[in-house]
Amino acid sequence: MSSTDLTSTPVRPGEPGTPTGRALPGGAGAAAGPGSDAPADPLVIAGRTLRSRLLLGSGGFPSLALMAAAIEASGCELVTVALRRLPLDVGDAAADRDAGRSPSPLLDILREAGVGVLPNTAGCHTARDAVLTARLAREAFATDWIKLEVIGDEDTLLPDAPELLRAAEELVDDGFVVLPYTTDDPVLARRLQDVGCVAVMPLGAPIGSGMGIRNPYNIALVREAVEVPVVLDAGIGTASDAALAMELGCDAVMAASAVARAADPVRMAAAMRAAVQAGRLAWGAGRIPRRLHATASSPEAGLAELS
Amino acid sequence: MIRLNGEPSELDAGETVAGALAHLQLAPDAQGVAVAVDGEIVPRSRWATFALVADARVEVLTAMQGG
Repeated sequence: MSSTDLTSTPVRPGEPGTPTGRALPGGAGAAAGPGSDAPADPLVIAGRTLRSRLLLGSGGFPSLALMAAAIEASGCELVTVALRRLPLDVGDAAADRDAGRSPSPLLDILREAGVGVLPNTAGCHTARDAVLTARLAREAFATDWIKLEVIGDEDTLLPDAPELLRAAEELVDDGFVVLPYTTDDPVLARRLQDVGCVAVMPLGAPIGSGMGIRNPYNIALVREAVEVPVVLDAGIGTASDAALAMELGCDAVMAASAVARAADPVRMAAAMRAAVQAGRLAWGAGRIPRRLHATASSPEAGLAELS
Repeated sequence: MIRLNGEPSELDAGETVAGALAHLQLAPDAQGVAVAVDGEIVPRSRWATFALVADARVEVLTAMQGG
């Protein structure tokens, strides 16, 4: 059976079609009470255990305060950041010359929130630039983890597959824990796994487009193609997109613009949290097959004779 | 002239990376910062001794909101 019934054709009358549930550690339903992030069903990436299956981007929020509130509402434990030039205008921030100013208010807030920093290589167009940026990020943030992005097109921000694979291989060889942002191509996903990536992050639609998952069949194929965690990245527009990603078998969802640019980012963060949990539970529960014709859910026997 | 994050700076040749960071009001061991000079990473361990040449291009990078 494929990993999702989305790819199956409707069952014809008379065919069996028994739904198949999936074992979740600790039991599917019991693991997640209301408001919990299913502690018995953690996400493990490269040996790191995450209670939340939702990752957030830090970009696009109207303010850092709203970002902090959204992070808290989301329950996420990993937040992406970009590496950029330190602003030169120091203002009044540097009264204490010995301690120095904080280079990044963003980092201070993420530290206070108790979430991990996942640096990205956003804006890089070549393997060389991405590798250099990853090494700079390792210097800056003292983490080997890198969300690898190598962009091949300005209009769509789609990944440049050959450069991405080259960069991934080089970074893995250099000891990085590489999570590549990739197309929804199951063959490329497998190649990325083969060179040592600890997860793959296929796109549902172009970055920031909010178009949802344009090719759910391919996401299901990516899920089948690799053993490493699949984190749906890019394209999420609203909560139902995140739930669909999880129902397709993705291990986690990364949301950025969908939360940051929502009219109410904090409420959308809570919605994403619930959607990821719901989708995960539904995936584990096993959906019923699609049928062309109705199947009565009330007994046919015992009907009163009324005419 | 030494350029700092793309802008002309008042730094003199021979100044160290640590000196450039001090110019930016950063501590000599500032966390959350990475430095590249002329496209090459200068590791934290070399900030105190790495001397900048007259036309060095210094990039001081940190975390910004993103993806």
